Amino acid sequence: MMRSLLVRGMAVGLAAGALALLVAWLYGEPQVGHAIAFEEAKAHAAHEAHEAEVVSRTTQKTAGLITAMAVYGVALGGLFSIAFAFAYGRLGALGARATAGLVALAGFVAVELVPFLKYPATPPAVGNPGTIGSRTTLYFGMTLLGILATTAAVIVCRRLVPRLGVWNASIATGAGFAVVVAAVYRITPKPDAIPEHFPATVLWDFRIASLGVQAVLWATLGLAFGYLTERAFAKRRTATAPA
Amino acid sequence: MAQSAVPSAAQPRESAAEPRPVPLRLPVREVLPWAVFAVVLGAVLIYFVGAEQGATSLFGGTWVHEFTHDGRHLLGFPCH
Repeated sequence: MMRSLLVRGMAVGLAAGALALLVAWLYGEPQVGHAIAFEEAKAHAAHEAHEAEVVSRTTQKTAGLITAMAVYGVALGGLFSIAFAFAYGRLGALGARATAGLVALAGFVAVELVPFLKYPATPPAVGNPGTIGSRTTLYFGMTLLGILATTAAVIVCRRLVPRLGVWNASIATGAGFAVVVAAVYRITPKPDAIPEHFPATVLWDFRIASLGVQAVLWATLGLAFGYLTERAFAKRRTATAPA
Repeated sequence: MAQSAVPSAAQPRESAAEPRPVPLRLPVREVLPWAVFAVVLGAVLIYFVGAEQGATSLFGGTWVHEFTHDGRHLLGFPCH
């Protein structure tokens, strides 16, 4: 059982990575190109020596990006199937499709939305290389907060449901989640260094593209995994049902 | 879930699933070893895609960083 869920999770994760790759190429790469052009124009104006290329731009855009998306998709898909295995049958009487959809939504909020709202994705040329250490710590710390707060919200919500009903319990835990996350946003530092004259449209479009990449990844994961699992469960029931 | 009155012969697969059974639960004991392994492996994979040769470096040089460069930016990881 767990074996087939894990295999399905990784396969669907790979497919989700492929769709996300398409979004990255169509919407993300043009903005990365603009940002690199800005960076090079700035370096040229300052008469800095051209940086030696370790990996060519073409490789970064193709093999590099494909590898990153595939590995990320498979890893996320495997983890998603584990989360699904814990959630299935424990969120009321929800079926496989609805459970997978909810787990994907919770995963998107925990891993992408919570860190993104405070530390959004940045194109090349944005961000001071001197602060990469603290920015990395803050980013992964915020991801950890997202995972912990979302898990806590699900557990609290399940306990409140018998007393308040599903609707009111969801509102109460949603509000509590928002207050906790907003409070942490208020007290954490923001080491964002946007160079002067960096085009605002490039920054905005890049960030929306990055959000779109993640949204497509999680939506594909949740919907396709749910559809395939529901179908597999129906087959099992048919196979094991008394004639 | 209430299902509309469809002639059951029309959709044998649907009728076999009716009445809808309560979803089974996978015992935590059965999931836990997979969970530990997947979290460890997933963390390592995501680390190499998202952070190696950025703030921390296990291997020397910048090849991993440069190779996964566009993925890092577009997936939202701090890159440089």
